[in-house]
Amino acid sequence: MAFRLRLVPQQTNIDFFRWAPVTFWGSVALVIASIVLTVFLGLNFGIDFRGGTTIRTDSTTPVNVGAYRDVITPLNLGDVTITEVFDPTFRDDQHVAQIRIQAQEGDEAITPETIGQVEAALQSVDPSITFPSVESVGPKVSGELIKTAIYSILTATVAICAYIWLRFEWQFSVGAVVALVHDIALTVGIFSLFQIKFDLTIIAALLTILGYSINDTVVVFDRLRENLIKYKTMPLRDVMNLSVNETLSRTVLTSGTTLIALIALLVFGGDVIRGFVFAMTWGVVVGTYSSVYVAKNVVLMLGVKRDWGKKPEGGPGGTTFADSNS
Amino acid sequence: MLQIPLWKRIVILGLCALGLIGAAPNLFYDRVERHNDAVAAVERTKVETEQQTAAIDLWPSWLPSAIVNLGLDLRGGAHLLAEVQVADVYKQRMDAMWPEVRRALVSEAKVAVRRIKGAPDELRVEIDKPEAMEKAVEVVRGFSSPVVTLTGVGQNDLAIRTEGNQIVVTLSEAERVATDDRTMQQSLEIVRRRVDAAGTREPTIQRQGDDRILIEVPGIGSAAELKELIGTTAQLTFNQVIRRSANKDEPAGVGNVNYPSAEDEGVYYILDELPVVTGEELVDARPDFDQNGRPAVAFRFNTSGARKFGDYTAAHVGELFAIVLDGKVISAPQIRTHIGGGSGIITGTFTPEQTNNLAVLLRAGALPAKMEFLEERTVGPELGQDSIDAGRVAAIVGTVAVVFFMIASYGLFGVFAAVALGLNLSMMFAILSTMGATLTLPGIAGIVLTVGMAVDANVLVFERIKEELKTARGPARAIELGYEKAMSAIIDANLTTVIAALILFFLGSGPVKGFAVTLMIGLITSVFTAIFVTRLFVVTWFARKRPKTLVV
Repeated sequence: MAFRLRLVPQQTNIDFFRWAPVTFWGSVALVIASIVLTVFLGLNFGIDFRGGTTIRTDSTTPVNVGAYRDVITPLNLGDVTITEVFDPTFRDDQHVAQIRIQAQEGDEAITPETIGQVEAALQSVDPSITFPSVESVGPKVSGELIKTAIYSILTATVAICAYIWLRFEWQFSVGAVVALVHDIALTVGIFSLFQIKFDLTIIAALLTILGYSINDTVVVFDRLRENLIKYKTMPLRDVMNLSVNETLSRTVLTSGTTLIALIALLVFGGDVIRGFVFAMTWGVVVGTYSSVYVAKNVVLMLGVKRDWGKKPEGGPGGTTFADSNS
Repeated sequence: MLQIPLWKRIVILGLCALGLIGAAPNLFYDRVERHNDAVAAVERTKVETEQQTAAIDLWPSWLPSAIVNLGLDLRGGAHLLAEVQVADVYKQRMDAMWPEVRRALVSEAKVAVRRIKGAPDELRVEIDKPEAMEKAVEVVRGFSSPVVTLTGVGQNDLAIRTEGNQIVVTLSEAERVATDDRTMQQSLEIVRRRVDAAGTREPTIQRQGDDRILIEVPGIGSAAELKELIGTTAQLTFNQVIRRSANKDEPAGVGNVNYPSAEDEGVYYILDELPVVTGEELVDARPDFDQNGRPAVAFRFNTSGARKFGDYTAAHVGELFAIVLDGKVISAPQIRTHIGGGSGIITGTFTPEQTNNLAVLLRAGALPAKMEFLEERTVGPELGQDSIDAGRVAAIVGTVAVVFFMIASYGLFGVFAAVALGLNLSMMFAILSTMGATLTLPGIAGIVLTVGMAVDANVLVFERIKEELKTARGPARAIELGYEKAMSAIIDANLTTVIAALILFFLGSGPVKGFAVTLMIGLITSVFTAIFVTRLFVVTWFARKRPKTLVV
């Protein structure tokens, strides 16, 4: 037969629990580090979450941050951040900057007059400048958006946890949730570390990470459930190892194809969604790791009831989708 | 064993064909869009110009013509989130009641009254004789009527209480709820009419929560322009002019207001705050010209408006009468004669375009309450196009790489998966188009992500077949078992992701919602293609070749 790409050998027999203490405590340390980072460094919240205005500028002449600042400062708009944006997808003579203005006292969204003043000021420095996007969010909405974001992540976690509990055992559910918390914490942590803009799309990314990570975890759990019935006397640790090894090829392939697609987006997708794509790429890496190392470690620690023989195939809910299409 | 009944094959292939046909218009986006625009225009005007015929011919009408809606971040346009100040209406109601309450109290309860300044949403009346309080309250109570709502049965619209020698009238809780709802519906309708009148493409105007309106208009230059179009209030009133003034700070006195002139810099008018007639009583307004040929707006009142207007003009001949729009005096003509017919014209220094806009604003009616804008976003069309281009490149690169990876890993089965991936993508576009869903930038990311994740179900099956080949009797059995045993993992894995996508959909807004939609559709189509389409390929291939051994 033809040549086949083999990322994973036909038969693997890796002992994933050999380094269990290291990986487990390593993960714990990373989660703590992420939380500490987030608390002390804080997150670079976008206007979605703290209100204010961003103006994107586009010009054929190079961005001069100093000159921009000089003309905006006299307008007394409070805290103004100006950053130049670089991207491989830009044309040679395309120079883009992002200007962020804090929420103005007394106004919800920014007034057209203020935007007009800022635009006029910038045009005086650089006549070729255009403003491809202007966004303004009032403090009232931004407060609600934070709340909704937190609710949605909590709801998703609880809903997924409940689903796993129905379909598997509660230990699996705990394992899955610990893995999810791990993934979220590490993603938020890296956003804090590099001070990448954290806005509404990142929340969407976080929820997708939840979905992806749980997807991975469920595949291994599914195999574990099957093997627990098959090998009733094998120690739990060995059954788990066997299950991870059996699904390893799939895990690597799926993560591989997903990462390929995401990296294509990261490189070619433009700077507008780079943060969003970065969060997902990182999440896929962390999510794959956590389903192998975190979720299973937790299940191993909790132990699993082994008298599954009476209820083959189905979970404790007694439901099974398995043969609906065969 | 490895049999798929004929009807199932037909259904599967039929769905794939539908997917391909449904997605096709998106490949010719510009053409189809021009075709659709022309069709819509012809339907509206009932006249077909040569240009429109040419545009309609760009796309055969027997083919599906639904295309994916591009979100604001891709097409460019403006997004506004407005909060309707519903409490404004309470004040208007109280203010409107005051003259009648005063008259009734004086004539029926025989008391002298004056209005005391209180909270804006209450009417606070002080009476001079405490002993007549009971009678006074009874008189005021006569103004209330039962609230007609589903929940507020038996409740009156006014809540009346006494504080010493004051009577405090407010709207009851049930009436507030009912009023808020009416205010919102009216605001929505008016915003919709105003935006539609401007003729932009597919605006989104939605109620959000209790008192908010989301307005998204693709293709409009900026949020500021959109705001201008909607107008914050566009309350048209006709007020009595007390006197002209040259000072904007001149105190207006109780019950009066000082409004600037819209035309003449430095001219102010002191007006009676209570309008004689309001825009709500207007039935028609259209652009017109006055006797000197200058652009003007002609208007006509309904019967009650015409009567009030007629009575007032009869009693105030020779005085100035102000036409006020949004707190500015558009013009203050002198009343020359009694105007009986209930119609008239507004003149000023208008351009024909302005008279047209003003007529549209007047016809659409006044917004019942002020709107405050909580959020606004403008995206230029170039940035949107850049995003589409970048997304397209990323999608192509991603797909090619994934296809290569699959074929390299699974050979022929990889080819099957790759074809299924192509079908999956076209089905996604077909569903997005027919549903009229909106594609946003995160939505494109969702598609690219689905490309990566879509093969997962295939991978699960293929890996399983591979394993079963080691133990099962023969390739046919291995394929069958592979599909059977991979199913629970596929279902569980995808359902959990659907949960996350659903939550995103319900809690998210705008672009995030678009992402959730594409993600969800992608999950459904990818599971469909993996467990039905790829399987059909595998089974058909297997039935033809009957290989003794199988390498996956």
